[in-house]
Amino acid sequence: MDGILNALILLSNFVIVPGIAYGSQLAIGALGVTLVYGILRFSNFAHGDTMAFGTMATVLLTWALQSWGVSISPFPTALLALPFGIICTILVCLAADRWVYRFYRREKAAPVVFLIASIGVMFVLNGLVRFIIGPDDQRFADGERFIMKAREFKRLTHFNEGITIKTSQGLTVVTAAIVVIALFWFLKRSRAGKSMRAFSDNEDLALLSGINPERVVMITWIIAAALATIAGVLYGLDKSFKPFTYFQLLLPIFASAIVGGLGNPLGAIAGGFMIAFSEVTVTYAYKKFLAYALPGDWAPQGLVQLLSTDYKFAVSFVILVLVLLLRPTGIFGGKAV
Amino acid sequence: MNGAEDYLIGEHLTGGYGGANILHDCNIGVGRGEIAVIVGPNGAGKSTAMKAVFGMLNLREGSVRLDGKDITGLTPQARVAKGMSFVPQNHNVFTSMSVEENLEMGAFIRRDDFTDTLGQVFDLFPILKEKRRQAAGELSGGQRQQVAVGRALMTKPKVLMLDEPTAGVSPIVMNELFDRIIEVAKSGIAILMVEQNARQALRIADKGYVLVQGRNRYTDTGAALMANPEVRKAFLGG
Repeated sequence: MDGILNALILLSNFVIVPGIAYGSQLAIGALGVTLVYGILRFSNFAHGDTMAFGTMATVLLTWALQSWGVSISPFPTALLALPFGIICTILVCLAADRWVYRFYRREKAAPVVFLIASIGVMFVLNGLVRFIIGPDDQRFADGERFIMKAREFKRLTHFNEGITIKTSQGLTVVTAAIVVIALFWFLKRSRAGKSMRAFSDNEDLALLSGINPERVVMITWIIAAALATIAGVLYGLDKSFKPFTYFQLLLPIFASAIVGGLGNPLGAIAGGFMIAFSEVTVTYAYKKFLAYALPGDWAPQGLVQLLSTDYKFAVSFVILVLVLLLRPTGIFGGKAV
Repeated sequence: MNGAEDYLIGEHLTGGYGGANILHDCNIGVGRGEIAVIVGPNGAGKSTAMKAVFGMLNLREGSVRLDGKDITGLTPQARVAKGMSFVPQNHNVFTSMSVEENLEMGAFIRRDDFTDTLGQVFDLFPILKEKRRQAAGELSGGQRQQVAVGRALMTKPKVLMLDEPTAGVSPIVMNELFDRIIEVAKSGIAILMVEQNARQALRIADKGYVLVQGRNRYTDTGAALMANPEVRKAFLGG
Protein backbone atom coordinates (compact mmCIF):
# COMPACT_ATOMS: atom_id res chain seq x y z
CA MET A 1 0.00 0.00 0.00
CA ASP A 2 2.77 2.37 0.94
CA GLY A 3 4.41 1.57 -2.37
CA ILE A 4 1.37 2.66 -4.38
CA LEU A 5 0.99 5.84 -2.32
CA ASN A 6 4.67 6.66 -2.71
CA ALA A 7 4.29 6.08 -6.45
CA LEU A 8 1.33 8.44 -6.61
CA ILE A 9 3.15 11.10 -4.60
CA LEU A 10 6.11 10.76 -6.92
CA LEU A 11 3.83 11.14 -9.92
CA SER A 12 2.14 14.18 -8.38
CA ASN A 13 5.47 15.82 -7.75
CA PHE A 14 6.99 15.27 -11.18
CA VAL A 15 3.99 15.05 -13.48
CA ILE A 16 0.73 16.37 -12.06
CA VAL A 17 1.89 19.56 -10.31
CA PRO A 18 4.22 20.72 -13.12
CA GLY A 19 1.64 19.63 -15.69
CA ILE A 20 -1.09 21.74 -14.14
CA ALA A 21 1.19 24.77 -13.91
CA TYR A 22 2.49 24.41 -17.47
CA GLY A 23 -1.03 23.66 -18.71
CA SER A 24 -2.32 26.87 -17.14
CA GLN A 25 0.43 28.87 -18.81
CA LEU A 26 -0.30 27.33 -22.20
CA ALA A 27 -4.04 27.84 -21.67
CA ILE A 28 -3.63 31.58 -21.08
CA GLY A 29 -1.33 31.83 -24.08
CA ALA A 30 -3.72 29.84 -26.27
CA LEU A 31 -6.66 32.00 -25.16
CA GLY A 32 -4.88 35.02 -26.63
CA VAL A 33 -4.22 33.23 -29.92
CA THR A 34 -7.77 31.93 -30.13
CA LEU A 35 -9.33 35.34 -29.44
CA VAL A 36 -7.27 37.03 -32.14
CA TYR A 37 -8.19 34.21 -34.52
CA GLY A 38 -11.88 34.48 -33.67
CA ILE A 39 -12.08 38.23 -34.18
CA LEU A 40 -9.33 39.17 -36.63
CA ARG A 41 -9.43 35.81 -38.39
CA PHE A 42 -5.74 35.09 -38.65
CA SER A 43 -3.15 33.04 -36.77
CA ASN A 44 -1.06 35.57 -34.90
CA PHE A 45 2.50 34.28 -35.09
CA ALA A 46 3.71 37.26 -33.12
CA HIS A 47 1.98 35.98 -29.99
CA GLY A 48 5.06 34.25 -28.58
CA ASP A 49 7.16 37.36 -28.99
CA THR A 50 4.34 39.50 -27.64
CA MET A 51 4.62 37.33 -24.53
CA ALA A 52 8.37 37.92 -24.52
CA PHE A 53 7.91 41.68 -24.89
CA GLY A 54 5.40 41.84 -22.04
CA THR A 55 7.62 39.75 -19.83
CA MET A 56 10.62 41.92 -20.66
CA ALA A 57 8.74 45.08 -19.68
CA THR A 58 7.68 43.40 -16.46
CA VAL A 59 11.21 42.13 -15.74
CA LEU A 60 12.71 45.59 -16.23
CA LEU A 61 10.30 47.21 -13.79
CA THR A 62 10.76 44.29 -11.37
CA TRP A 63 14.50 44.96 -11.33
CA ALA A 64 13.88 48.66 -10.79
CA LEU A 65 11.48 47.93 -7.94
CA GLN A 66 13.97 45.47 -6.42
CA SER A 67 16.74 48.08 -6.58
CA TRP A 68 14.44 50.59 -4.85
CA GLY A 69 13.85 48.03 -2.12
CA VAL A 70 10.15 47.62 -2.93
CA SER A 71 8.93 44.15 -2.04
CA ILE A 72 5.66 42.35 -1.52
CA SER A 73 7.30 39.24 -0.04
CA PRO A 74 6.27 36.42 0.15
CA PHE A 75 4.88 37.22 -3.32
CA PRO A 76 7.31 37.89 -6.18
CA THR A 77 7.86 41.57 -6.95
CA ALA A 78 7.03 40.79 -10.60
CA LEU A 79 3.38 40.66 -9.61
CA LEU A 80 3.59 44.35 -8.73
CA ALA A 81 5.25 45.13 -12.05
CA LEU A 82 2.78 43.04 -14.06
CA PRO A 83 0.19 45.81 -14.67
CA PHE A 84 2.98 48.01 -16.06
CA GLY A 85 4.07 45.20 -18.37
CA ILE A 86 0.50 44.71 -19.52
CA ILE A 87 0.08 48.39 -20.35
CA CYS A 88 3.34 48.45 -22.36
CA THR A 89 2.27 45.37 -24.30
CA ILE A 90 -1.18 46.79 -24.99
CA LEU A 91 0.46 49.89 -26.45
CA VAL A 92 2.73 47.77 -28.63
CA CYS A 93 -0.16 45.63 -29.87
CA LEU A 94 -2.31 48.66 -30.63
CA ALA A 95 0.61 50.26 -32.46
CA ALA A 96 1.14 47.08 -34.48
CA ASP A 97 -2.55 47.07 -35.34
CA ARG A 98 -2.51 50.73 -36.30
CA TRP A 99 0.61 50.51 -38.43
CA VAL A 100 0.37 47.01 -39.86
CA TYR A 101 -2.87 45.09 -39.51
CA ARG A 102 -5.30 47.96 -40.08
CA PHE A 103 -3.89 48.52 -43.53
CA TYR A 104 -4.54 44.91 -44.49
CA ARG A 105 -7.98 45.03 -42.91
CA ARG A 106 -8.93 47.94 -45.15
CA GLU A 107 -7.49 46.05 -48.12
CA LYS A 108 -9.64 43.11 -47.06
CA ALA A 109 -6.52 40.97 -47.36
CA ALA A 110 -6.67 37.17 -47.20
CA PRO A 111 -5.92 35.57 -43.80
CA VAL A 112 -2.61 34.24 -45.09
CA VAL A 113 -1.47 37.81 -45.79
CA PHE A 114 -2.25 38.73 -42.20
CA LEU A 115 -0.34 35.66 -41.07
CA ILE A 116 2.73 36.71 -43.02
CA ALA A 117 2.39 40.25 -41.69
CA SER A 118 2.24 38.84 -38.16
CA ILE A 119 5.51 37.02 -38.82
CA GLY A 120 6.97 40.42 -39.68
CA VAL A 121 5.64 41.85 -36.43
CA MET A 122 7.13 38.82 -34.70
CA PHE A 123 10.62 39.60 -36.08
CA VAL A 124 10.35 43.23 -35.06
CA LEU A 125 9.30 42.39 -31.52
CA ASN A 126 11.90 39.65 -31.39
CA GLY A 127 14.63 42.12 -32.35
CA LEU A 128 13.32 44.77 -29.99
CA VAL A 129 13.41 42.40 -27.02
CA ARG A 130 16.93 41.17 -27.80
CA PHE A 131 18.08 44.72 -28.34
CA ILE A 132 16.71 45.93 -25.01
CA ILE A 133 17.28 43.03 -22.62
CA GLY A 134 19.55 40.70 -24.62
CA PRO A 135 19.14 37.08 -25.64
CA ASP A 136 20.32 35.60 -22.36
CA ASP A 137 18.49 33.86 -19.58
CA GLN A 138 17.14 36.33 -17.01
CA ARG A 139 15.97 35.48 -13.52
CA PHE A 140 13.58 37.82 -11.84
CA ALA A 141 11.71 35.65 -9.35
CA ASP A 142 12.03 36.64 -5.72
CA GLY A 143 9.94 36.32 -2.55
CA GLU A 144 9.17 32.96 -0.98
CA ARG A 145 10.19 30.21 -3.42
CA PHE A 146 8.08 27.33 -2.13
CA ILE A 147 4.57 26.83 -0.89
CA MET A 148 5.52 23.31 0.16
CA LYS A 149 8.93 21.68 0.20
CA ALA A 150 9.45 17.96 -0.32
CA ARG A 151 11.31 17.70 2.97
CA GLU A 152 8.46 19.24 4.95
CA PHE A 153 5.97 17.01 3.18
CA LYS A 154 8.04 13.95 4.13
CA ARG A 155 8.35 15.13 7.73
CA LEU A 156 4.61 15.67 8.00
CA THR A 157 3.52 12.46 6.32
CA HIS A 158 6.46 10.06 6.85
CA PHE A 159 6.39 8.94 3.23
CA ASN A 160 9.65 8.31 1.34
CA GLU A 161 8.62 10.69 -1.40
CA GLY A 162 7.61 14.30 -1.09
CA ILE A 163 5.64 16.87 -3.07
CA THR A 164 7.20 20.21 -3.85
CA ILE A 165 4.91 23.06 -4.83
CA LYS A 166 6.69 26.20 -5.97
CA THR A 167 5.15 29.60 -5.27
CA SER A 168 5.24 30.26 -9.01
CA GLN A 169 3.18 27.11 -9.63
CA GLY A 170 0.55 28.02 -7.05
CA LEU A 171 0.49 31.56 -8.37
CA THR A 172 0.11 30.31 -11.94
CA VAL A 173 -2.91 28.19 -11.14
CA VAL A 174 -4.64 30.87 -9.05
CA THR A 175 -3.97 33.59 -11.62
CA ALA A 176 -5.09 31.37 -14.48
CA ALA A 177 -8.34 30.62 -12.67
CA ILE A 178 -8.99 34.32 -12.03
CA VAL A 179 -8.11 35.29 -15.61
CA VAL A 180 -10.31 32.59 -17.12
CA ILE A 181 -13.30 33.42 -14.90
CA ALA A 182 -12.92 37.14 -15.61
CA LEU A 183 -12.58 36.54 -19.36
CA PHE A 184 -15.61 34.29 -19.56
CA TRP A 185 -17.66 36.67 -17.49
CA PHE A 186 -16.64 39.46 -19.84
CA LEU A 187 -17.49 37.48 -22.98
CA LYS A 188 -20.78 36.14 -21.63
CA ARG A 189 -22.19 39.08 -19.76
CA SER A 190 -20.73 42.41 -20.80
CA ARG A 191 -21.98 44.42 -23.76
CA ALA A 192 -18.50 44.69 -25.25
CA GLY A 193 -17.89 40.96 -24.75
CA LYS A 194 -21.16 40.05 -26.44
CA SER A 195 -20.34 42.32 -29.35
CA MET A 196 -17.01 40.47 -29.68
CA ARG A 197 -18.80 37.14 -29.82
CA ALA A 198 -21.29 38.51 -32.31
CA PHE A 199 -18.47 39.85 -34.48
CA SER A 200 -16.66 36.51 -34.33
CA ASP A 201 -19.87 34.63 -35.15
CA ASN A 202 -21.08 36.70 -38.11
CA GLU A 203 -19.11 39.76 -39.13
CA ASP A 204 -21.60 41.05 -41.72
CA LEU A 205 -24.56 40.80 -39.40
CA ALA A 206 -22.54 42.49 -36.63
CA LEU A 207 -21.96 45.40 -38.99
CA LEU A 208 -25.68 45.50 -39.84
CA SER A 209 -26.41 45.65 -36.12
CA GLY A 210 -24.27 48.75 -35.77
CA ILE A 211 -21.34 47.09 -33.99
CA ASN A 212 -18.19 49.11 -34.65
CA PRO A 213 -15.53 46.71 -35.98
CA GLU A 214 -12.57 48.94 -35.08
CA ARG A 215 -13.71 49.03 -31.48
CA VAL A 216 -14.12 45.26 -31.34
CA VAL A 217 -10.63 44.86 -32.80
CA MET A 218 -9.17 47.29 -30.26
CA ILE A 219 -10.73 45.46 -27.32
CA THR A 220 -9.45 42.18 -28.73
CA TRP A 221 -5.87 43.48 -28.89
CA ILE A 222 -6.10 44.83 -25.35
CA ILE A 223 -7.25 41.47 -24.03
CA ALA A 224 -4.78 39.50 -26.15
CA ALA A 225 -1.90 41.71 -24.96
CA ALA A 226 -2.94 41.32 -21.32
CA LEU A 227 -3.25 37.54 -21.68
CA ALA A 228 0.12 37.30 -23.45
CA THR A 229 1.88 39.29 -20.74
CA ILE A 230 0.29 37.32 -17.92
CA ALA A 231 1.15 34.01 -19.58
CA GLY A 232 4.70 35.18 -20.26
CA VAL A 233 5.36 36.45 -16.75
CA LEU A 234 3.94 33.31 -15.14
CA TYR A 235 6.08 31.13 -17.38
CA GLY A 236 9.12 33.28 -16.63
CA LEU A 237 8.55 33.08 -12.87
CA ASP A 238 8.12 29.33 -13.09
CA LYS A 239 11.15 28.69 -15.29
CA SER A 240 13.16 31.69 -16.42
CA PHE A 241 12.92 34.42 -19.03
CA LYS A 242 14.77 33.73 -22.25
CA PRO A 243 13.46 35.35 -25.44
CA PHE A 244 14.18 32.31 -27.62
CA THR A 245 12.21 30.00 -25.33
CA TYR A 246 9.19 32.27 -25.74
CA PHE A 247 9.48 32.07 -29.49
CA GLN A 248 9.56 28.28 -29.16
CA LEU A 249 6.45 28.37 -26.97
CA LEU A 250 4.52 29.37 -30.09
CA LEU A 251 4.30 25.72 -31.13
CA PRO A 252 2.69 24.26 -27.98
CA ILE A 253 0.47 27.35 -27.71
CA PHE A 254 -0.80 27.00 -31.27
CA ALA A 255 -1.16 23.27 -30.76
CA SER A 256 -3.31 23.97 -27.69
CA ALA A 257 -5.50 26.47 -29.50
CA ILE A 258 -5.93 24.22 -32.55
CA VAL A 259 -6.51 21.02 -30.57
CA GLY A 260 -9.31 22.74 -28.67
CA GLY A 261 -10.66 24.38 -31.82
CA LEU A 262 -9.43 27.77 -33.00
CA GLY A 263 -11.75 30.59 -32.00
CA ASN A 264 -13.19 28.59 -29.12
CA PRO A 265 -11.99 29.91 -25.71
CA LEU A 266 -13.10 26.84 -23.78
CA GLY A 267 -11.23 24.65 -26.26
CA ALA A 268 -8.06 26.71 -25.78
CA ILE A 269 -8.06 25.96 -22.06
CA ALA A 270 -8.72 22.26 -22.52
CA GLY A 271 -6.12 22.16 -25.29
CA GLY A 272 -3.53 23.84 -23.05
CA PHE A 273 -3.86 21.15 -20.41
CA MET A 274 -3.92 18.35 -22.97
CA ILE A 275 -0.70 19.51 -24.59
CA ALA A 276 0.98 20.14 -21.25
CA PHE A 277 0.11 16.75 -19.83
CA SER A 278 1.06 14.97 -23.05
CA GLU A 279 4.46 16.66 -22.98
CA VAL A 280 5.09 15.94 -19.32
CA THR A 281 3.82 12.35 -19.29
CA VAL A 282 5.65 11.33 -22.43
CA THR A 283 8.98 12.79 -21.33
CA TYR A 284 8.87 11.60 -17.72
CA ALA A 285 11.12 8.69 -16.68
CA TYR A 286 8.87 6.16 -14.97
CA LYS A 287 11.61 3.97 -13.49
CA LYS A 288 11.18 5.04 -9.87
CA PHE A 289 7.40 5.20 -10.18
CA LEU A 290 7.29 1.59 -11.39
CA ALA A 291 9.72 0.52 -8.69
CA TYR A 292 7.25 1.75 -6.11
CA ALA A 293 4.11 0.60 -7.86
CA LEU A 294 5.21 -2.91 -8.90
CA PRO A 295 5.92 -5.74 -6.49
CA GLY A 296 9.51 -6.11 -5.18
CA ASP A 297 11.85 -7.38 -7.91
CA TRP A 298 9.75 -6.28 -10.89
CA ALA A 299 11.43 -2.90 -10.90
CA PRO A 300 12.62 -2.05 -14.42
CA GLN A 301 16.29 -1.68 -15.26
CA GLY A 302 15.98 1.17 -17.75
CA LEU A 303 14.63 4.67 -17.27
CA VAL A 304 11.24 3.85 -18.85
CA GLN A 305 11.20 7.23 -20.52
CA LEU A 306 9.26 7.29 -23.78
CA LEU A 307 10.98 10.37 -25.17
CA SER A 308 13.92 12.46 -24.09
CA THR A 309 12.90 15.95 -22.87
CA ASP A 310 14.77 17.35 -25.85
CA TYR A 311 11.93 16.02 -27.98
CA LYS A 312 9.12 17.62 -26.02
CA PHE A 313 8.24 19.89 -28.92
CA ALA A 314 7.75 16.81 -31.09
CA VAL A 315 4.88 15.85 -28.79
CA SER A 316 2.85 19.00 -29.50
CA PHE A 317 3.75 18.69 -33.15
CA VAL A 318 2.50 15.11 -33.41
CA ILE A 319 -0.73 15.98 -31.59
CA LEU A 320 -1.18 18.97 -33.85
CA VAL A 321 -0.76 16.89 -36.99
CA LEU A 322 -3.11 14.18 -35.72
CA VAL A 323 -5.82 16.68 -34.84
CA LEU A 324 -5.51 18.45 -38.18
CA LEU A 325 -5.76 15.10 -39.97
CA LEU A 326 -8.60 13.61 -37.99
CA ARG A 327 -10.61 16.55 -36.72
CA PRO A 328 -9.54 19.84 -38.34
CA THR A 329 -12.00 21.94 -36.35
CA GLY A 330 -10.51 20.74 -33.06
CA ILE A 331 -12.02 18.64 -30.33
CA PHE A 332 -14.43 21.30 -29.10
CA GLY A 333 -15.34 22.51 -32.58
CA GLY A 334 -13.88 25.82 -33.63
CA LYS A 335 -13.36 27.14 -37.10
CA ALA A 336 -11.63 25.01 -39.69
CA VAL A 337 -8.03 26.05 -40.13
CA MET B 1 -50.55 55.10 -55.36
CA ASN B 2 -50.64 58.37 -53.56
CA GLY B 3 -49.19 61.65 -54.66
CA ALA B 4 -47.07 62.32 -51.57
CA GLU B 5 -43.45 61.29 -51.74
CA ASP B 6 -42.58 57.89 -50.31
CA TYR B 7 -40.66 57.57 -47.06
CA LEU B 8 -37.86 55.58 -48.65
CA ILE B 9 -37.00 56.06 -52.29
CA GLY B 10 -34.36 54.57 -54.54
CA GLU B 11 -34.21 56.48 -57.80
CA HIS B 12 -32.47 55.70 -61.07
CA LEU B 13 -30.40 53.05 -59.30
CA THR B 14 -27.61 51.91 -61.59
CA GLY B 15 -24.66 49.79 -60.52
CA GLY B 16 -23.16 46.36 -59.99
CA TYR B 17 -20.40 44.50 -58.19
CA GLY B 18 -17.68 44.41 -60.81
CA GLY B 19 -17.45 46.19 -64.14
CA ALA B 20 -20.87 45.40 -65.56
CA ASN B 21 -24.05 46.95 -64.22
CA ILE B 22 -26.66 44.66 -62.73
CA LEU B 23 -29.21 47.39 -62.03
CA HIS B 24 -30.26 49.74 -64.81
CA ASP B 25 -32.16 52.87 -63.86
CA CYS B 26 -34.22 51.05 -61.29
CA ASN B 27 -36.83 52.88 -59.18
CA ILE B 28 -38.15 51.62 -55.87
CA GLY B 29 -40.11 53.32 -53.10
CA VAL B 30 -42.13 52.53 -50.00
CA GLY B 31 -44.24 54.69 -47.69
CA ARG B 32 -44.79 54.46 -43.96
CA GLY B 33 -46.96 51.53 -42.96
CA GLU B 34 -46.78 50.13 -46.46
CA ILE B 35 -45.50 46.82 -47.72
CA ALA B 36 -43.58 47.00 -50.98
CA VAL B 37 -42.55 43.75 -52.61
CA ILE B 38 -39.91 43.22 -55.26
CA VAL B 39 -40.51 40.15 -57.39
CA GLY B 40 -39.01 38.82 -60.57
CA PRO B 41 -37.22 35.84 -62.06
CA ASN B 42 -33.87 34.56 -60.80
CA GLY B 43 -31.03 36.91 -61.57
CA ALA B 44 -33.36 39.88 -62.02
CA GLY B 45 -31.33 41.88 -59.53
CA LYS B 46 -33.89 41.80 -56.70
CA SER B 47 -31.38 41.30 -53.91
CA THR B 48 -28.98 43.67 -55.63
CA ALA B 49 -31.67 46.36 -55.59
CA MET B 50 -32.07 45.83 -51.83
CA LYS B 51 -28.33 46.08 -51.35
CA ALA B 52 -28.27 49.26 -53.41
CA VAL B 53 -30.95 50.82 -51.23
CA PHE B 54 -29.10 49.78 -48.07
CA GLY B 55 -25.73 51.10 -49.21
CA MET B 56 -24.03 47.77 -49.75
CA LEU B 57 -23.47 48.38 -53.46
CA ASN B 58 -21.48 51.08 -55.18
CA LEU B 59 -23.93 53.05 -57.28
CA ARG B 60 -22.76 54.52 -60.57
CA GLU B 61 -25.90 56.56 -60.89
CA GLY B 62 -29.01 57.26 -58.92
CA SER B 63 -29.78 58.23 -55.35
CA VAL B 64 -31.47 56.96 -52.22
CA ARG B 65 -33.65 59.26 -50.12
CA LEU B 66 -34.99 58.61 -46.66
CA ASP B 67 -37.71 60.94 -45.38
CA GLY B 68 -36.78 63.44 -48.09
CA LYS B 69 -33.07 63.50 -47.20
CA ASP B 70 -30.40 62.18 -49.51
CA ILE B 71 -28.58 59.22 -47.88
CA THR B 72 -26.79 57.94 -50.98
CA GLY B 73 -23.36 58.52 -49.43
CA LEU B 74 -24.06 56.86 -46.09
CA THR B 75 -22.57 53.51 -45.03
CA PRO B 76 -24.95 50.70 -44.07
CA GLN B 77 -24.07 51.28 -40.39
CA ALA B 78 -25.00 54.95 -40.68
CA ARG B 79 -28.28 53.95 -42.31
CA VAL B 80 -29.01 51.68 -39.34
CA ALA B 81 -28.58 54.69 -37.09
CA LYS B 82 -30.98 56.64 -39.34
CA GLY B 83 -33.72 54.08 -38.73
CA MET B 84 -33.22 51.51 -41.46
CA SER B 85 -32.95 47.83 -40.68
CA PHE B 86 -31.98 44.98 -42.94
CA VAL B 87 -32.52 41.23 -42.71
CA PRO B 88 -30.17 39.46 -45.14
CA GLN B 89 -31.27 36.33 -46.92
CA ASN B 90 -28.56 34.08 -45.51
CA HIS B 91 -26.55 34.07 -42.30
CA ASN B 92 -29.06 36.40 -40.69
CA VAL B 93 -28.69 35.22 -37.09
CA PHE B 94 -25.74 34.83 -34.71
CA THR B 95 -25.85 31.04 -34.59
CA SER B 96 -23.63 30.59 -31.53
CA MET B 97 -25.53 33.11 -29.45
CA SER B 98 -28.83 32.66 -27.63
CA VAL B 99 -32.08 34.06 -29.01
CA GLU B 100 -32.08 36.76 -26.37
CA GLU B 101 -28.48 37.71 -27.10
CA ASN B 102 -29.33 37.93 -30.81
CA LEU B 103 -32.06 40.41 -29.99
CA GLU B 104 -29.72 42.31 -27.66
CA MET B 105 -27.18 42.63 -30.45
CA GLY B 106 -29.97 43.98 -32.64
CA ALA B 107 -30.37 46.75 -30.09
CA PHE B 108 -26.61 47.39 -29.93
CA ILE B 109 -26.79 50.98 -31.16
CA ARG B 110 -29.43 51.84 -28.58
CA ARG B 111 -28.14 53.30 -25.34
CA ASP B 112 -31.56 53.46 -23.68
CA ASP B 113 -33.47 50.69 -21.96
CA PHE B 114 -34.79 48.35 -24.64
CA THR B 115 -36.77 45.93 -22.46
CA ASP B 116 -40.08 47.23 -23.82
CA THR B 117 -38.97 46.58 -27.42
CA LEU B 118 -37.81 43.13 -26.35
CA GLY B 119 -41.29 42.58 -24.92
CA GLN B 120 -42.90 43.72 -28.18
CA VAL B 121 -40.74 41.32 -30.19
CA PHE B 122 -41.63 38.49 -27.82
CA ASP B 123 -45.33 39.41 -28.18
CA LEU B 124 -44.97 39.32 -31.96
CA PHE B 125 -43.06 36.02 -31.93
CA PRO B 126 -44.10 34.14 -28.75
CA ILE B 127 -41.95 31.12 -29.65
CA LEU B 128 -38.84 33.26 -29.23
CA LYS B 129 -39.71 34.00 -25.62
CA GLU B 130 -40.00 30.29 -24.99
CA LYS B 131 -36.61 29.63 -26.60
CA ARG B 132 -34.84 32.78 -25.42
CA ARG B 133 -31.98 30.86 -23.81
CA GLN B 134 -31.43 28.49 -26.74
CA ALA B 135 -28.69 29.08 -29.30
CA ALA B 136 -30.18 30.52 -32.48
CA GLY B 137 -28.25 27.96 -34.54
CA GLU B 138 -30.28 25.16 -32.94
CA LEU B 139 -33.65 26.54 -34.06
CA SER B 140 -35.74 25.47 -37.06
CA GLY B 141 -35.67 27.51 -40.27
CA GLY B 142 -38.90 29.33 -39.53
CA GLN B 143 -37.85 30.15 -35.98
CA ARG B 144 -34.52 31.43 -37.23
CA GLN B 145 -36.30 33.80 -39.59
CA GLN B 146 -38.33 35.05 -36.63
CA VAL B 147 -35.09 35.68 -34.72
CA ALA B 148 -33.71 37.49 -37.76
CA VAL B 149 -36.76 39.72 -38.12
CA GLY B 150 -36.89 40.24 -34.35
CA ARG B 151 -33.24 41.29 -34.30
CA ALA B 152 -33.92 43.83 -37.04
CA LEU B 153 -36.90 45.23 -35.13
CA MET B 154 -34.86 45.84 -31.98
CA THR B 155 -33.57 49.20 -33.21
CA LYS B 156 -37.20 50.39 -33.51
CA PRO B 157 -36.60 50.99 -37.22
CA LYS B 158 -38.77 53.13 -39.47
CA VAL B 159 -37.90 50.99 -42.48
CA LEU B 160 -37.55 47.23 -42.39
CA MET B 161 -35.94 45.56 -45.37
CA LEU B 162 -36.34 41.80 -45.77
CA ASP B 163 -34.44 39.76 -48.34
CA GLU B 164 -36.51 36.62 -48.99
CA PRO B 165 -37.78 36.16 -45.44
CA THR B 166 -39.63 32.97 -46.37
CA ALA B 167 -36.79 31.21 -48.19
CA GLY B 168 -36.67 27.59 -47.15
CA VAL B 169 -39.66 27.56 -44.80
CA SER B 170 -42.86 25.51 -45.10
CA PRO B 171 -46.06 27.09 -46.56
CA ILE B 172 -47.69 27.18 -43.13
CA VAL B 173 -44.72 28.97 -41.61
CA MET B 174 -44.64 31.30 -44.62
CA ASN B 175 -48.25 32.38 -44.02
CA GLU B 176 -47.42 32.86 -40.33
CA LEU B 177 -44.48 35.07 -41.22
CA PHE B 178 -46.52 37.11 -43.69
CA ASP B 179 -49.16 37.67 -41.00
CA ARG B 180 -46.44 38.94 -38.65
CA ILE B 181 -45.04 41.19 -41.37
CA ILE B 182 -48.50 42.72 -41.92
CA GLU B 183 -48.69 43.32 -38.17
CA VAL B 184 -45.31 45.07 -38.24
CA ALA B 185 -46.43 47.25 -41.16
CA LYS B 186 -49.59 48.20 -39.30
CA SER B 187 -47.43 49.68 -36.54
CA GLY B 188 -46.29 52.27 -39.09
CA ILE B 189 -43.05 50.73 -40.29
CA ALA B 190 -42.28 50.83 -44.00
CA ILE B 191 -41.51 47.34 -45.26
CA LEU B 192 -39.53 46.62 -48.40
CA MET B 193 -39.01 42.98 -49.22
CA VAL B 194 -37.80 40.67 -51.91
CA GLU B 195 -39.85 37.53 -52.36
CA GLN B 196 -39.46 34.31 -54.25
CA ASN B 197 -43.08 33.36 -53.51
CA ALA B 198 -44.41 36.13 -55.74
CA ARG B 199 -48.09 35.21 -55.66
CA GLN B 200 -48.38 35.12 -51.87
CA ALA B 201 -46.21 38.17 -51.42
CA LEU B 202 -48.14 40.34 -53.89
CA ARG B 203 -51.35 39.40 -52.09
CA ILE B 204 -50.17 41.30 -49.00
CA ALA B 205 -48.32 44.03 -50.90
CA ASP B 206 -49.42 47.64 -51.16
CA LYS B 207 -46.89 48.08 -53.92
CA GLY B 208 -45.27 45.60 -56.22
CA TYR B 209 -42.19 45.93 -58.36
CA VAL B 210 -41.52 43.37 -61.05
CA LEU B 211 -37.86 43.49 -62.02
CA VAL B 212 -36.42 41.85 -65.09
CA GLN B 213 -32.70 42.01 -65.82
CA GLY B 214 -32.20 44.87 -63.42
CA ARG B 215 -34.96 47.06 -64.90
CA ASN B 216 -38.45 47.90 -63.71
CA ARG B 217 -40.83 45.89 -65.90
CA TYR B 218 -44.10 46.48 -64.04
CA THR B 219 -44.83 48.74 -61.11
CA ASP B 220 -48.29 48.87 -59.57
CA THR B 221 -50.27 47.98 -56.46
CA GLY B 222 -50.06 44.36 -55.41
CA ALA B 223 -53.68 43.72 -56.33
CA ALA B 224 -53.33 45.33 -59.77
CA LEU B 225 -50.25 43.25 -60.56
CA MET B 226 -52.11 40.13 -59.48
CA ALA B 227 -54.93 41.07 -61.86
CA ASN B 228 -52.64 41.93 -64.77
CA PRO B 229 -52.85 39.00 -67.22
CA GLU B 230 -49.34 39.59 -68.59
CA VAL B 231 -47.79 39.53 -65.12
CA ARG B 232 -49.83 36.48 -64.22
CA LYS B 233 -48.72 34.65 -67.30
CA ALA B 234 -45.06 35.54 -67.16
CA PHE B 235 -44.29 35.66 -63.45
CA LEU B 236 -47.07 34.09 -61.43
CA GLY B 237 -47.47 30.84 -63.31
CA GLY B 238 -50.80 31.60 -65.00
